Amino acid sequence: MSQLIARSRDQRKIWALPGGIHPAENKQRSLQQPLVDLPLPETIILPLSQHIGAPAKPLVKVGDQVLTGQPVAEAAGAISAAVHASTSGTVVAIEERPIIHASGMRAPCIEIEPDGRDQWVPLQGCEDYRELDASTLLEKIRAAGIAGMGGAGFPAAVKLNPRPEQRIHTLIINGTECEPYITADDTLMQRYADEVIAGTQLLAQLLHFPQQVLIGVEDNKPAAAEALRQAIERSECKKVLPEVVEFPTKYPSGGEKQLIYILTGQEVPSGALPASLGIVCQNVGSTAAIYRAVRYGEPLTSRITTVAGNGFELERNVRVRLGTPVKHLLYLHGYKADMTSRLVIGGPMMGVAIADMDAPLVKTSNCVLALGHSEQPLPPPAQACIRCGQCASVCPAGLLPQQLYWYAQSQDYERIQAHNLADCIECGSCSFVCPSSIPLVQYFRASKGAIRQQAQEKIKSDRSRERFEARKARIEAEEAEKEAKRLARKAAANAKKKAAQEAAAEKGVAADAESR
Amino acid sequence: MDQLIFDSPLILSPVMLTLLALVFGGVLGYAAVQFKVEGDPIVDQIDSLLPQTQCGQCGHPGCRPYAQSIANGDAINKCPPGGQATVNALADLLGVDAQPLDDSGEGDANIKKVAFIREEDCIGCTKCIQACPIDAIVGAAKQMHTVLKSDCTGCDLCVEPCPVDCIDMLPLTTTIGNWSWELPPPSAQRAVELIATDSGRGVAV
Repeated sequence: MSQLIARSRDQRKIWALPGGIHPAENKQRSLQQPLVDLPLPETIILPLSQHIGAPAKPLVKVGDQVLTGQPVAEAAGAISAAVHASTSGTVVAIEERPIIHASGMRAPCIEIEPDGRDQWVPLQGCEDYRELDASTLLEKIRAAGIAGMGGAGFPAAVKLNPRPEQRIHTLIINGTECEPYITADDTLMQRYADEVIAGTQLLAQLLHFPQQVLIGVEDNKPAAAEALRQAIERSECKKVLPEVVEFPTKYPSGGEKQLIYILTGQEVPSGALPASLGIVCQNVGSTAAIYRAVRYGEPLTSRITTVAGNGFELERNVRVRLGTPVKHLLYLHGYKADMTSRLVIGGPMMGVAIADMDAPLVKTSNCVLALGHSEQPLPPPAQACIRCGQCASVCPAGLLPQQLYWYAQSQDYERIQAHNLADCIECGSCSFVCPSSIPLVQYFRASKGAIRQQAQEKIKSDRSRERFEARKARIEAEEAEKEAKRLARKAAANAKKKAAQEAAAEKGVAADAESR
Repeated sequence: MDQLIFDSPLILSPVMLTLLALVFGGVLGYAAVQFKVEGDPIVDQIDSLLPQTQCGQCGHPGCRPYAQSIANGDAINKCPPGGQATVNALADLLGVDAQPLDDSGEGDANIKKVAFIREEDCIGCTKCIQACPIDAIVGAAKQMHTVLKSDCTGCDLCVEPCPVDCIDMLPLTTTIGNWSWELPPPSAQRAVELIATDSGRGVAV
């Protein structure tokens, strides 16, 4: 019987991702060296916004002494995440600093000067966390400031708190890591497989034991998949046995909606969240961090980051403290500026170019990539679209990038929305295959931005209209009131006058009578 | 009698036409009552496209009066705050040709601005408060006034009445929150979207 189950598990149906591409993987290079901790930098810069949602609110003042793991900023509102000091030291500034953002702009950050002792705050671990209820677990995850570590940075506690009517039947742990060069999750799964599995079991407990618990791993990471399987065998908790599912490597299998389709065959409807299908998806890095947060009370203060590309002398995975300036990491890995065509945070497909070397690494920084001139030459100038349709055949969201491109150019935002621009995950597959090297994704991002701006302006103009009409009504009411008062005064004056006349007339009559 | 009517088309046709007229008249009368449209929907649609700055630059006292005037045949290109985008949207809605924007004088109409009161100079005269069409300035007599930045539409109407010239129109700065990607610059090669072998087509040789 158990054999039968095992076989049926082996033959689990995998749905093929529509579209997708096979860029050169280049993953082996950073896996040759062991994982090490990066030495303490001279300064730690913690942006208040390392996640999607409202920036965190600072809890410290300039001059305060902080300990490692101490919260320095709290979550502001429902969709937000706390920030913790990643080393002990003194808060020297709370001001705008360069951060990693496509705009190259500055954002509020807390700067800490390390004292070198790296002294932790007392942590409150929890040995018997399997007895805790969902709300306590969620509170611990929220307090630890965990935001999706796969790249998007959505606060984990929000994602793990589906609405009561959404019964979660499938939990998916995302160990896909489909972008070329990046091996941070691979390293994590190999080295900390037990924590990933324990975290998975914890999430299953938090979501009231979904029927299916799957860990999706691309088949270019056999060592990681094996490590996870062994960790499941070793695991003490037998209540939740996650299933490690390997599937063919293809970019972008690691997108949340894409992975859900590959593993379950279900498509997340446009504009909806996976929870509406009863599915919750978490990254392996976040899963391990959640385990550490609950079991040891340890907030998110560090992460594994891949250092890769021909621009580095040393390519490997390192554990960095959040807030480590990029230049510190560059210096320690023999960064050669003249060899590098592009310096990027994230992968070569979706990464963000680094504008300022002082910008810090944050919760979502999974890779620092220095692409050499031969690895990724600068794109040739864009040519005219020849309508070959290759972009449509590789789009994993099933969109028509060529059509969207025309509408983006003519700024026809109504039609571009009708062609479901909002479902574009900006994976870059269309730009990758375009023989005319048209920067399609940039067109789509610009259009999304313009649509967002239009929506905001619409809201503002509606509010202005309301205010204008309220003012008009108020002024009219005031006028009417004045008019009414004026009429009342006039009537009163008239009445008085009349009374006086009558009195005078009466007097006159009386005087007449007297004189007679 | 029946025989007479049915046999003679000369009588039958007026009778039938009268009957039909009564039936259709009844249907139309019913529809007019049952499906009566309150107000003029086209005015609402036009009004929803206007930017609601209530600035009066079109020569009308607010956006809705201008919408009413457009519905009555006024030109659609008199709204500088809305810019060319609004003109195009109106042209689409009304099925007319989009004219170029009539922004006599002001060239930087596309930059969004908000009013800002230099508080040390404000004497608290309340003149700007009375001028603001959307009540976006707070203050009281002999008290300092200030502009609600989130509500100000940048209509300019408060600048003129200020006796001490303490109101500046400041351009809205781009922050990391409202930044967005720009469209890629159109390259010379893509000035005309034709396939590669088409270049030179239409040019006299």
